Amino acid sequence: MMRISRIKSILIILASLLGCLLAVPSLMPETTRKAVFGSLPAWVPQKAVSLGLDLQGGAHVLLEIDKPDLIRSMNTQLRDDVRRVMREERVALQGGIAMQPRGVQFRIPQADDRARALPKLRLLAQPAGQQLFGPTGTQTIDLVEAPDGQITMTYSDLGLNERIRRVGQQTIEVIEKRINIDGTKEPSIQRQGLDRILVQVPGLTDPQQLKERLGRTAKLQFRFVAEAGAADTEQMRNRDSGQLVAVERSVIVEGEDLIDAQASFDQRTGQPIVNFRFNIRGSQRFGDATTRGVGRQLAIVLDNEVISAPVVQTPITGGSGQISGQFSVEQVNSLSLLLRAGALPAKLAIIEERTVGAGLGADSIRAGLLASYLAMALVAVFMIVTYGFFGVVAVIAVTINVFMLLGLLAVIGATLTLPGIAGIVLTVGMAVDANVLIYERVREEARMGRSAISALDAGFERALSTIVDANLTTLIAAIVLFFLGSGPVRGFAVTLSLGILTTVFTAFTLSRLMIATWYRWRRPSKVVI
Amino acid sequence: MAFRLRFIPDDTKFPFMGFRAVSFPASALLSVLTVIVFFAIGVNFGIDFKGGTLVELQAKGAQANISQVREKSNALGFGSVEVAEFGSPRELLLRLELQTAPTTAEQEKAQQNVVTKLRETFGNDYEFRRVEVVGPRVSGELVQNGTIGVIVGIIGVLIYLCFRFEWQFAIGAVIATLHDIVLTIGFFVVMQLTFDMTSLAVILTILGYSLNDTVVVYDRIREMLRKYKKLQLYEVIDIAINSTLSRTVITATTTFLAMLAMAIFGGEVLRSFSLAMLFGIVIGTYSSIFIAAPILIYLGLKTGGGDPAKDDKPEAGAPKAAAARAKA
Repeated sequence: MMRISRIKSILIILASLLGCLLAVPSLMPETTRKAVFGSLPAWVPQKAVSLGLDLQGGAHVLLEIDKPDLIRSMNTQLRDDVRRVMREERVALQGGIAMQPRGVQFRIPQADDRARALPKLRLLAQPAGQQLFGPTGTQTIDLVEAPDGQITMTYSDLGLNERIRRVGQQTIEVIEKRINIDGTKEPSIQRQGLDRILVQVPGLTDPQQLKERLGRTAKLQFRFVAEAGAADTEQMRNRDSGQLVAVERSVIVEGEDLIDAQASFDQRTGQPIVNFRFNIRGSQRFGDATTRGVGRQLAIVLDNEVISAPVVQTPITGGSGQISGQFSVEQVNSLSLLLRAGALPAKLAIIEERTVGAGLGADSIRAGLLASYLAMALVAVFMIVTYGFFGVVAVIAVTINVFMLLGLLAVIGATLTLPGIAGIVLTVGMAVDANVLIYERVREEARMGRSAISALDAGFERALSTIVDANLTTLIAAIVLFFLGSGPVRGFAVTLSLGILTTVFTAFTLSRLMIATWYRWRRPSKVVI
Repeated sequence: MAFRLRFIPDDTKFPFMGFRAVSFPASALLSVLTVIVFFAIGVNFGIDFKGGTLVELQAKGAQANISQVREKSNALGFGSVEVAEFGSPRELLLRLELQTAPTTAEQEKAQQNVVTKLRETFGNDYEFRRVEVVGPRVSGELVQNGTIGVIVGIIGVLIYLCFRFEWQFAIGAVIATLHDIVLTIGFFVVMQLTFDMTSLAVILTILGYSLNDTVVVYDRIREMLRKYKKLQLYEVIDIAINSTLSRTVITATTTFLAMLAMAIFGGEVLRSFSLAMLFGIVIGTYSSIFIAAPILIYLGLKTGGGDPAKDDKPEAGAPKAAAARAKA
């Protein structure tokens, strides 16, 4: 164990140096780092360990797609589709279309009607889960036909999940637009599981505005207010008066046809308003509808609330218009922003929120660093008092170990959290343990009367197998922690796992190299340890 | 190189296995007590696990007015608010229960409302250093994931140890580790430390540390079993523990010192983390020696056997003292 070839020695030294160099950017304050590394070529690693929100301050908001609401809107859509098919095929239903928890149910009494309608209804379903595993034979909608003509259409699990996945993707895109409009912060928006989205904004300490932006669906619709006695209407609340208004179900134009929305002021009244412009399709539909409906009341519906219902004076064919209501300047600003970014495809619920002020973050770093330095100093003194020269070797190995750990964390882009700092301190403890195991073993072997070289050889060899066993068991626990934990705990698991790897590495290589070099230099006949 | 401290003398001969008549009942009693306090007092779950709102305030002035904050926050009508000083007289920690509402969605809305109202009420006089709101959905899952994490972790370790050692060692290590986890939970209950996501990390770290320590002792027991085939199992275990004793003490001390620095200077947020770790280091070290090792005797680990020619013939250069002691 004490013979290390020249090439190996060089490799060990290079690897250790590289590890330490990778840690350098993390040890500098940001301004120094920019000044030093800004002039260096791009291949020089200059990534520093990024600090978690608990250390640098910021907001963390976990959102979940409102599944019941999504299913409800899927059901409504399915019902409308079925109704359309029935109209197109001129099929009469017995009774209406009943809503099921995850689909619809209706009855076509006539057999020839069924024969015409069923193929069309089947077209509503699509093959599910195709992208990943090829056709699965499952459809997004299961259609069951009973002998008495009762037809049940249900969304399958796969169909539902696929829809949720798609909605999640669209939601992330919309959220990105909504947050990035300011352009200053560097938000991170991540998918978590099937139906959750984690939004993290460093430096943001009052997430009230952020939450308002994320929580609003911002679904804008233009519909006619129903005339007396009209069929197919629904009741909606008027935002200003609070009264219920009957509104036609059919939608003239939706927010997705908007190409621009700007906050502005009404030139006559001076009230804050939102000016908007439609795309070609939108302006055509809007133009047609307002031509047909001169004199009628047009309801502007936002998230199922009527925000205003002006009377159409003249056909509006230019493709632009304005939304007025009792708004504050702030409200029109945020409304126009939301309209520009587009509507969320489903409602979102805020299920978790964590905000850390910059002050607390800085305090935590200060306390964490102080504790780490103290911990290392205590350990160093203890080791040197216990093992003398070998203690110094151990302290050097452990210090390099910590640098390498920092370097690795920076390279893989890990985030250092407060529990992560504790993980580093624990690594110090574990790394010391590796050295203690080696020295105690060497001590024992030497006590049996072995020569220095034989004691060192045997000591290292036997201790290393113990070190591997002991560290691997801990590594298993740390890996499980990584996969099942979340947020700060994950950060801790990453730190601990990497710490175990660097510990085993330094014990196998660096400590051994240092002691082998010392042995070659001093050639003692006995080891005093 | 002249000055070196020996914390443990070289040739210790503590009859550790003799203590098993004490350590087993003591540990069993403590475990039972933990179960009792667990149900009688209950774990002081943080909002990560039971949902709710946690707010850390720092007074913009020199000192926080705790009674005023208590009065005002209780008047908001969100149920009883727990207000406590946190670290210094300027900082306060407010804890609000999960708001009740008929549906989860409404509950989440109500939770959001709590924060808005608190910011309105205290925003002028206090800085909001930390706000955490955990909804009912998340908290339930955390409990589940945490429990699964511990179980999966233990199974993983069990499998690994079965490969590397005989099965008795695997079972022994798992029992010792469970013992440590149970007692750590007991520590959380008795000290009424807040049990949150970070505490879960503590439990898993203690699991790791305790296993690490146990494996070191086991490794040596296995080695000694190969060496002394005619000795009684308890004698072999005593030799193994005594020969690793110095390492056990030094490692426990260094790790303890490191965590002690964390507990004293690491700040209020890490306080319960480091306190529990300190307890875990002590209990993990204890269990390796007094639980994990003697349990091998009860699990019927076999000694000797196999190769009679090598029986008790120490390897070249093996300790004569140890062999003599073993034979005595």
